[in-house]
Amino acid sequence: MTKFVQVCLNGLTLGSLYALIALGYTLVYGVLRFINFAHSDVVTIGAWMAFVFAGILGWAGTDSPLIAMPVILMLSMAVCAALGFTIERLAYRPLRRAPRLNVLITAIGVSLLLQNAGQLKWIFGTQPQAMPKLLSEQALFTLAGVKVPVVDVVVVVLAFVLLVALQWLVFRTRLGQAMRAVSFDERTAALMGVNVDMVVSYTFMIGSALAAAGGMIYGLKYGSLLQSADSVWVLLGLKAFVAAVVGGIGNVRGAVAGAFLIAFIEMFGAAYRSPQMRDVYVFGILIAVLILKPGGLLGKATVEKV
Amino acid sequence: MNLSGWRPRRPFISAVISAAGLALAVLAVMSGSGCEQKRNATGSGGGGGGTGTGGAPATGPILIGHYASMTGSEATFGQSTDQGIRLAIKERNAAVDAGTIKGRKIKLETLDDAGKPQDAGNAVTRLITQDKVTALLGEVASGLSMVGGQIAQQYTVPMISPSSTNPQVTQIGDMVFRVCFLDDFQGNVMARFAREELKAQKAAILFDQGQPYSKGLADYAEKSFKELGGTVVTRQAYGSSDPDVSAQLSTIKEAAPDVIFLPGYYTQAATIMRQARKLGITAAFVGGDGWDSDKLEEIGGDAVQGSYYSNHYSPEEDRAEVKNFVASYQAEFKVLPDGLAALGYDAANLLFAAMDKAPSLRGKDLAATLAAVKEFSGVTGTITIDPNRDASKSAVVVKVEHGRRVPVKRYAP
Repeated sequence: MTKFVQVCLNGLTLGSLYALIALGYTLVYGVLRFINFAHSDVVTIGAWMAFVFAGILGWAGTDSPLIAMPVILMLSMAVCAALGFTIERLAYRPLRRAPRLNVLITAIGVSLLLQNAGQLKWIFGTQPQAMPKLLSEQALFTLAGVKVPVVDVVVVVLAFVLLVALQWLVFRTRLGQAMRAVSFDERTAALMGVNVDMVVSYTFMIGSALAAAGGMIYGLKYGSLLQSADSVWVLLGLKAFVAAVVGGIGNVRGAVAGAFLIAFIEMFGAAYRSPQMRDVYVFGILIAVLILKPGGLLGKATVEKV
Repeated sequence: MNLSGWRPRRPFISAVISAAGLALAVLAVMSGSGCEQKRNATGSGGGGGGTGTGGAPATGPILIGHYASMTGSEATFGQSTDQGIRLAIKERNAAVDAGTIKGRKIKLETLDDAGKPQDAGNAVTRLITQDKVTALLGEVASGLSMVGGQIAQQYTVPMISPSSTNPQVTQIGDMVFRVCFLDDFQGNVMARFAREELKAQKAAILFDQGQPYSKGLADYAEKSFKELGGTVVTRQAYGSSDPDVSAQLSTIKEAAPDVIFLPGYYTQAATIMRQARKLGITAAFVGGDGWDSDKLEEIGGDAVQGSYYSNHYSPEEDRAEVKNFVASYQAEFKVLPDGLAALGYDAANLLFAAMDKAPSLRGKDLAATLAAVKEFSGVTGTITIDPNRDASKSAVVVKVEHGRRVPVKRYAP
């Protein structure tokens, strides 16, 4: 029982991390119909920015996490939003009318650029760094014999708040309406007076800000950051991408559902079957979903209603 | 509600599949450090393709090559080793200038392999064919030394690995040497320490399945621990690119071991110990020389305090070689030398000693001289090269204690 609860908790925190990253893939796909392969590098930079700001602010201790946490989160989200905006403006917008393959290759190019630029001495360097402890790793409470640390609670609550905020933004605001309109039909939306370029820019900024939150959560959860070109980041981005596809890429709720599904299957498989095979479970699900329900779990159901 | 009302089109699906496939291929290349070379040794003079060092000039400084992970997730390994080598060269060249040593000066060419097998292969090929180095130093990671060793053997250029502990490394052929102990010995030391000093009865093992070093050490520790009457309650693996080991740790927690063997590299080892303490695991961790970096404590914080690892030396040991080395290293680089710096220093000095004694600097002659080294007194202990071109020497178990590496016990070979 203890192990079961523990694995559930692990799945919940990992799912929160995947969900925040998967949303970036799905938002961009929803609006522009292309996969932003540089997204995982925005996550990396978000995590490193949290490290940099934590250092600059000198709040490396756990003195006042209530102030330090939100400030660092806001700052790294702002930097990544600006980065997302710049990437779209410089790399993707000129190719808006080009074949989709060109944009995909450009995305891989941007990804390599960010990975290798991050390794420069005056950016982040190549050394692994310890993320300052913003939150205590002490247990907040004990549930069925499982110690639930403060950091895990904060991770889940933070992810939940951001996901609810995104739901509100997409479904309850004018910007969200415009995003959905562009997603439905770009040209018609433009004819109806929607500023498509602005909507696309906002989409990239929102997705990148969520990626920064995901990166910061990664840093809080694991405590160490590897250099920007390490395969850890690629694998993290790839799994979040799988989550988005499994949930139905382009679908906001699907990405969240896919993220938690992937995380729970990965965690339960690793705990009760073989930990060596954890990536096999993740990519096995991807293959199964692509064969059985190519639109993703939530993707197709809505399509049928249209 | 759906963000988009799109209809899935066939081209999209194939795009997703091909994109995912492409990304996987990229990943496979990037995480390839787990590649384990199983090719057989080519034996002496095998292939006959090498020109050796025929193009090297007979006067002026001797050029030696060093390939190392100067960047990447094991960057401190390469950088420490390189600093150790540079210190040895500086001292040697100063001695030649002063006339206390008869011999030629040394020049070093260091190439970065970023901790990746393909880059290591390229670096070694370049050092041998373009720079025409007389001898090679490197690598730290066993997986990479196996790649470099194959090439050195093919071109008959002697190579000394300062710190690759996997037994397969020197089995490549008569050109490949090392100055560190082997994993079977190190695994035995870890097991003996856990059994005799920590009085552990039940052990858990958690290793990196992508690193031959980690897997080999896990196997030897397990074998020795069982032979000494202990039981291994669970054996878990993690991936080199997987930061999350909570599932494995949950299983380990349930098995309630007295000691956990964690023969990985420092970055992940520190992260794992943090996660373990967070989950409430209180058992002592015992690691290998892959832990030896200041980053271990920087990343692990309180979680790594009181853990033990077997190492080549401790800067706190009371020997003249250690004291002199630590003093001059600190004067030069302003930091405390880790075990890899000490091994780099020893490997370079052992190579210089052989160069001065060898009848010529041709690969075969130099290798024969290296093979005959007996009782070389280095910072990391007294080194004798055995018939397998491995170093027969002792190991020390150190305790991590707030920035200090307290030597607990030294084990003779």
